[in-house]
Amino acid sequence: MPFIEASDLVKTYTPKGAPVVRALDGLSLQVPQGTVTALLGPNRAGKTTTVKVLTTLTSPDSGSAIIDGVDVLAEPERVRRMIGASGQYAAVDENLTGFENLEMVGRLYHLGAKRAKERARELIELFDLVEAQNRVVKGFSGGMRRRIDLAGALVINPPVLFLDEPTTGLDPRSRLALWDVIESLVSGGTTVLLTTQYLEEADRLADSISVIDGGRVIAEGTADELKASVGGQRVALTLVEADETEVVRGILQRYGSGEPVPSNEGKTWVVPVDDGPTALSRIVGEVTAAGIALHDAGMRRPTLDDVFLQLTGHAAEDAAEDEKGAA
Amino acid sequence: MSTVDSSGTRGAGGGLDARGASATLQPEPGTAIGRFLSDGWIATRRNLMKIIRVPDILVFTLLQPIMFVLLFTFVFGAAIDVPGGYTSFLMAGIFAQTVVFGSTYSGSAMAQDLKDGIIDRFRTLPMSGAAVLVGRTNGDLVINGLSMLVMMGTGWLVGWRVESSFLGFLAGVVLLLLFAYAFSWLMAFLGMSVRSPEIINNVSFLVLFPLTFISNAFVPTENLPTPLRIFSEWNPVSALVQSARELFGNVPAGTPVGDAWTAQNPILTVLIGIAVLLVIFVPLSIAKFAALGKK
Repeated sequence: MPFIEASDLVKTYTPKGAPVVRALDGLSLQVPQGTVTALLGPNRAGKTTTVKVLTTLTSPDSGSAIIDGVDVLAEPERVRRMIGASGQYAAVDENLTGFENLEMVGRLYHLGAKRAKERARELIELFDLVEAQNRVVKGFSGGMRRRIDLAGALVINPPVLFLDEPTTGLDPRSRLALWDVIESLVSGGTTVLLTTQYLEEADRLADSISVIDGGRVIAEGTADELKASVGGQRVALTLVEADETEVVRGILQRYGSGEPVPSNEGKTWVVPVDDGPTALSRIVGEVTAAGIALHDAGMRRPTLDDVFLQLTGHAAEDAAEDEKGAA
Repeated sequence: MSTVDSSGTRGAGGGLDARGASATLQPEPGTAIGRFLSDGWIATRRNLMKIIRVPDILVFTLLQPIMFVLLFTFVFGAAIDVPGGYTSFLMAGIFAQTVVFGSTYSGSAMAQDLKDGIIDRFRTLPMSGAAVLVGRTNGDLVINGLSMLVMMGTGWLVGWRVESSFLGFLAGVVLLLLFAYAFSWLMAFLGMSVRSPEIINNVSFLVLFPLTFISNAFVPTENLPTPLRIFSEWNPVSALVQSARELFGNVPAGTPVGDAWTAQNPILTVLIGIAVLLVIFVPLSIAKFAALGKK
């Protein structure tokens, strides 16, 4: 039996003067005990709404959600005693110190004054925040803030952990550091559901990935399964200048087994091919003959980017950027 | 308790094992009432820490009332002639205005906490939602209490005296704080109903400024134009000010009193006002908090 099970979740919003938004459109999800599942998708795909339903923050219009046999919708109080949540929406108090935040959370879990303090001290050490523990969170760096946030989710050693975009907005170094922390945590047997818009993050942390778009799961499996489902090899070209893109597209269409996909403002092109080496040498030959300068050309295995692109018709990170630009 | 001990750092590798083989920490045994009180205290404590940590709040709480007492006393005091002297007349008005404005903090702070996501953090925890609101309104009560102390001290320095009894003095202070506390619940409800904290600040300024000025707080009302005078007589702020004046013994013989029932029975009016605010907005705010996730 899955530890976390969501079935047919539907959640609609009606923004003022706008048509109904189906944030969740029949989303179903199963997370086995002790595993890490990543919800992968662009902004507004329904990732955060899914986590909000499972952490009792919002109720769906229809559907069901069960965590370790407890009905999330019927018994939210029981669920709150077994989950830890961390992410963009469940923040820490900026005006309290790191230690005070953790102690407060412990008290609100009703651990009692003494145990709440003990546990806060432990977590502060665990997350390498000893020197910063008596400073107000407002002055924390982005990485420290995420760590204290994550520590807050771990106060009761919950069997289930929800991490909503744990590394969004972090610089690469802090992101790597946080990945290490999360990996060590999950090695202890915690069941984790995390959301991310970074394919790399899902690839690295998750046992299983659910790709979601438009409020439903459009594919699921391990990273390898998903990559295999897209199949075959790819030829990737990087142009020096994005001048003659239509010529490039024409050549790639002739030798590829699928539609060529530009990115990086038309400088990078990827096309699925059947016979990698032959296709590569012919493509490079024709492109060079057409007088187009190449930075790089090669074959590669499909990445989760390709998976996402194939499934949704748009690139994950591009979509995320678009949303940010629109907001 | 042994569950805590087994987790810890995993040696020189710097690895983490926050969970390890250890079990989930269970709550201490406790009753629902005990937990509610504990939650309420933790939520209150959090808001008190904020008073200390955020200088703006301290300035608003302590310096602004001092400034008001001094400005009104020395600027208006020379121009406004009332029986018993302007300072004696003024202080109840300043008290009332300050605590009513102090209560708006519940609204903007509630809206800010929602925006910051700390409320969502609370809502994932097995704590009482009502306790969050109790903590919020308690925070205002402390802020208002501090403001009152500062104002009374400043007032005393410029010549304000309680002319009644110690009991009258206590009753006056309690009435002012209780009214403001009840008003905090209304503001907390509004704070959960708006999209941003700024809206609360702007609206409360636009509504409360006229409400406190078209009253007997700073000027005698008998010479106001008739519509304003009638408004002022029925204005709950006037009743609050009049009650405080009477309880502090700051109403010399011969001071005119309005004809409205509320002007004739100010203390009863304030008590009814407190009851009505609490009966409506305590349940409404708690229901609103519980429904935060439904929208």
